[in-house]
Amino acid sequence: MENDAIERILNKYEGQDRQLIRVMMEIQEENRWLPRDVMKKISEKLDVPFSRVLRIATFYKTFSMTPKGRYELNICTGTGCHVRGAQQVLETVQDMLGIKPGETDADQKFTLEVVNCQGCCTCGPMIKVDDSTHSRISPAEVADALKKYD
Amino acid sequence: MTRINSVAELEELRTGILSKKDPNRIRISICAGLSCLGLGNGLIIGTFEEEIKKQSLEGKVDVITTGCHGFCEQGPIVVIYPEEICYLKVTPEDVPEIVSQTIVEKKVVDRLVYADPNTGEKAVHMMEIPFYKNQMRNLIGNSPKINPKSIDEYIAMGGYSALAKALYEMTPEQVLGEVKTANLRGRGGGGFPAGSKWETTRNAPNPKKYVIVNAHEGEPGAFMDRALFQGNPHSVLEGLIIGAYAIGAHTGFIYTRHDTHRLRENLDIALEKAREYGLLGENIMGSGFDFDVEVHFDVGIFVSGESSALMRSIEGNAPEPRPKYIRTSVNGIWDRPSNLNNVETWANVPHIIGNGSEWYNNIGTEKSKGTKLVSLSGKVVNSAVVEVPMGTTLREIIYEFGGGIPNGKKLKAIHFGGPMGGTIPESLIDNPLDFDALSKLGASMGAGDMLMMDEDTCIVDMARFFIDFLSGESCGKCTPCREGIRQMLNILTNITQGKGKEGDIELLEELSEVTGEAALCSLGRSVQKPLVSMLRYFRDEFEAHVNEKRCPAHSCKELIASEGV
Repeated sequence: MENDAIERILNKYEGQDRQLIRVMMEIQEENRWLPRDVMKKISEKLDVPFSRVLRIATFYKTFSMTPKGRYELNICTGTGCHVRGAQQVLETVQDMLGIKPGETDADQKFTLEVVNCQGCCTCGPMIKVDDSTHSRISPAEVADALKKYD
Repeated sequence: MTRINSVAELEELRTGILSKKDPNRIRISICAGLSCLGLGNGLIIGTFEEEIKKQSLEGKVDVITTGCHGFCEQGPIVVIYPEEICYLKVTPEDVPEIVSQTIVEKKVVDRLVYADPNTGEKAVHMMEIPFYKNQMRNLIGNSPKINPKSIDEYIAMGGYSALAKALYEMTPEQVLGEVKTANLRGRGGGGFPAGSKWETTRNAPNPKKYVIVNAHEGEPGAFMDRALFQGNPHSVLEGLIIGAYAIGAHTGFIYTRHDTHRLRENLDIALEKAREYGLLGENIMGSGFDFDVEVHFDVGIFVSGESSALMRSIEGNAPEPRPKYIRTSVNGIWDRPSNLNNVETWANVPHIIGNGSEWYNNIGTEKSKGTKLVSLSGKVVNSAVVEVPMGTTLREIIYEFGGGIPNGKKLKAIHFGGPMGGTIPESLIDNPLDFDALSKLGASMGAGDMLMMDEDTCIVDMARFFIDFLSGESCGKCTPCREGIRQMLNILTNITQGKGKEGDIELLEELSEVTGEAALCSLGRSVQKPLVSMLRYFRDEFEAHVNEKRCPAHSCKELIASEGV
């Protein structure tokens, strides 16, 4: 099913090399990571060298070349969140899950990422799990907030 | 399908929309700005829709999701028109009552309206709340009122009249002249006169030119552009088309963030509708002018907001900046003349063309004209988006709109412009919001993002934080930026961990100077700015860390431990 979606995206932009970043973004959003064979296909369909696809995939932070956990856990470490104690929230999450930003836990449940300002500074410190936001969260509330995800 | 082929047809369409509009129709406007969504407005939108069905009001009431209303701290915000009753901190549990009381019975739900934190005095209507009343909301005033997905609502409010005026009553030279006389300065950070920039691109020999909206907004703490663009996309688009006409560009690009789904959705609809109405594409409004727009996305890196890097990204490459002596207004995308302005700058254009430069020159200070969007964050009571005339004092912004500093703490410093901006101490807050006044203080305005810090915030840690942020964002192309940042980060980390040694501060100053002079692009040349301003005003705090191994704000963990506090 996911492959169909990828095919659809690739067909939509076939031959349009200037849409490379957009194609990779749409596939990343659909599939949550960019497997090597998919990147090969992108290179063929858009007629761009594979090395350029790889360069884009490694340069921009949104792209992942490894599978992600079932939930993407993003902690905002923008300035507003930082002065309100995001670092302590991050440390608590790291201790709890035993992973650092960029890593996925052993049972493939959470992938932890730190993100730049999300533009909702009144919510800080905040944790975003996929599309749900946990606003104005304190380190003490982290364990409870993450309980509902399994 | 309605294609507008002349000014008369635009006016006809407008009259038609207005005549169909019932001024007494009830409209529930739910803020879908980033903060309100983060505070749970997504759920409230759904609950309203259900409740309207349940109470058999379908078709009798409009429910719209709008752009940011600005008073983020008091979100989720819901405004009921036509009375403009403003409800704050709304929860899904409040929704049935709002519908049965306010919509059906026309009664105000008292506990949800604004109450002054000092006097307790209530304000039922949006424009009675001091936060809104005292602003000058030229650019974002319509955001709570209009459905950003409807081009008709924008047109009903006078939208695209400025474009009609430019295309039919003015030559491109006159449009350019008007923007120059208005002294419109770029809102993205540089404060560079937009008219001069337009002129350079217009006069560049290559006939194929581009115009670009920079909606990257990567500065942490800056969220005004997303508020404006999501809430009123056509106002930015109209400005862009007028600019393209003045410059002689037939292709435009919008470069925005991939992670703001509602903005993306609103923008896609806006472009589609504008094409349908003949406001984009060939022969715009029957004038003979052709122009269309492509949308490109930042996929998560700060440096791609830098103008030349952004252009590389639009070409489909990695966003590595080019040296500054190559001017993008002459050699930009595919080496063709490319004029880039940010969202807020473009949104000013229809106002300038519509009302004239004289009107615009009456707002603001001698050299900074118009209004400015400001986003407040950090240790401030109201995190918010505010629009005020240039020249408003920082004190007014922080205390009148920001509501001061929470928890009885004292304001220590304000930081402007994110990781490439500057910090000024509390003693300077009687200065005006003005490009040049702030630059003189060592804190360029940036995009207008103000971060408040109180006495618990350690300045050395903030300096480390910004450099740490940039260490992950530098593209790595040039040595002064790549290595300079790394060394500055090492030294600052050591200082915050109590491992600072004599000479560190001087070394930081030297590194700052070299990076500032020798780096390739404006990111590299600005990385040291926060640090330099912090050393200028808070040198004693750095010295306390280095010499006495003491953190005056009691914030650096390793130093508190050794203090035994």
